[in-house]
Amino acid sequence: MTLKFLGIKLKNPMVLASGVLGNSKDILERVHENGCGLVTMKSIGPEPRDGHNNPTVIDLGCGLINAVGLPSPGYLNMENEWKDLKNRDFPIIASIYGGSVKEYKMVAEFVSLKKPDFIEINISCPNSEKHGMIFGVNPQSSHDVVAAVKKVINVPLIVKLTPQALNIGDIAKACEDAGADAICAINTLGPGMVIDIEARMPVLSFKKGGLSGPMIKPVAIRCVFDIYKAVDIPIIGLGGITTGEDAIEMIMAGASLVGIGSAVRYRGIDVFQTVSDEMEAWFLDHHCSLDDIKGAAHEGNQS
Amino acid sequence: MNTITDQNHIMLRVGKKQIESQNFATLFFNHALPFKPGQFIMVWIPGMDEKPYTISYHSKENFAITIEAKGLFSTKAISLETGDLIGIRGPFGNGFNIKPDDKVAVVAGGCGMAPLATLMEQLSKSTTFIHGARSKEYILYPERFDIERLFCTDDGSFGYKGFVTDLLEKEITSGKHFDSVYTCGPEIMMYTVFCICEKYDIPCQVSLERYMRCGFGVCGACVCGKQVVCKDGPVFESSTLRAMKDFNAKALLKSGKDVDLSQYFSWRCK
Repeated sequence: MTLKFLGIKLKNPMVLASGVLGNSKDILERVHENGCGLVTMKSIGPEPRDGHNNPTVIDLGCGLINAVGLPSPGYLNMENEWKDLKNRDFPIIASIYGGSVKEYKMVAEFVSLKKPDFIEINISCPNSEKHGMIFGVNPQSSHDVVAAVKKVINVPLIVKLTPQALNIGDIAKACEDAGADAICAINTLGPGMVIDIEARMPVLSFKKGGLSGPMIKPVAIRCVFDIYKAVDIPIIGLGGITTGEDAIEMIMAGASLVGIGSAVRYRGIDVFQTVSDEMEAWFLDHHCSLDDIKGAAHEGNQS
Repeated sequence: MNTITDQNHIMLRVGKKQIESQNFATLFFNHALPFKPGQFIMVWIPGMDEKPYTISYHSKENFAITIEAKGLFSTKAISLETGDLIGIRGPFGNGFNIKPDDKVAVVAGGCGMAPLATLMEQLSKSTTFIHGARSKEYILYPERFDIERLFCTDDGSFGYKGFVTDLLEKEITSGKHFDSVYTCGPEIMMYTVFCICEKYDIPCQVSLERYMRCGFGVCGACVCGKQVVCKDGPVFESSTLRAMKDFNAKALLKSGKDVDLSQYFSWRCK
């Protein structure tokens, strides 16, 4: 299932979601070896940041809730990792975040010089007090940050969106107009909260956290469907994708590539190969290819 | 009674508290927990933090964790009393690969004795059991187990004066044959055990420690080389250790920054 995405050759349409197993070249390489066409580094921020105390990630059975809190060594403190990644033989997305347009630009400009294959800006993380969310829920501020970042980088730009936007299609359109090369959707849903009734307090130390995994898949499918209608740039669709059939559904909503995160919990690190194989089997059975079904759910659809 | 699972916590009250020495205490919980030696649980003190702990005592009806007062969390944990409420989820990780017919040596260092304790209870009386610590007060469970034990301390205050690794090599060179070696303790000690085992061609299993968040192999906080310590480990066999370039070399801080082990451990003990 080799394909090209924004000019880069990928061995299949599977993408490792940001924030999952993205901490070092070694582990990114292992994910790639386990059937993932495109891997995303853990989000890189403007300053060193520890993230929140535990509990930060809890499995609720139907998916995860997390408030890890954007831990990052800070963009200036990752020279070992960049050195390791220089000798990679697989494509990567460098995910970045900031608290202001200035911070996004500063981090993006620096990271671009490290030559990742793509830069993804996270304008949608719900797990910190100020980082990102304000941009992702407003078309104008989304436009501003994308336009600013686009000017200072020379690799394709992916924008990661939040399902919390009132109209995610409008946000995606604003990003496209500002020069975004692709959209990645969705980030975790929520925030939500889980209270332990014996302890009488929220389980997560940050109290609120983003939801992921199977429970959010219908929201992710709807968001990608809306984005596909609004823009012409390609979409990385993710949110609860766990099986080949989930991935097919996401592609029919309009995704070009399919991301996986929480499913690593449910099916192991080789879930990428497994889902890719399941997709191939489905295509074989239905005598069609990925391109044949992309956006298929929109055909003959008036609304 | 609620079942302890690897999903959301269940809250348990501390049963008996047992003081092990001035540095260690054991908290017992009157609750069943399916468990294999070498696995761990996540222990949540509401309003404080959540950390991985090994099971140090285990029976059909109860289990215990042993705590060494080191940092903020463990100091709080060791001060808990009977009736106090904590959250538990787990067990997580792979556990030791126990081969009942093997001739075995177990090498324990400092608080690394705790994860090995339930393993000792499954091994034969002929097991060679080497146990060391920096000084007498840090020897955990000195009276426990039916198995003869070779003690040593760095300062000579209890048993042989010197390192567990000296004793292990002495046992091997004196003609003892081992089919496998299990070890837990400071990483530099485990690395030396691994090197001795490589020298004499003995398969070994070591139990690693890294900063953890999720416990189930998703967040990536605890990666060590290509391995995810909470999910693929925490017990790793020689074949994996040979390829693990971060073993005894590097670990990630809470921010994800990779640092030398010395810097990592000085942070972990804060």
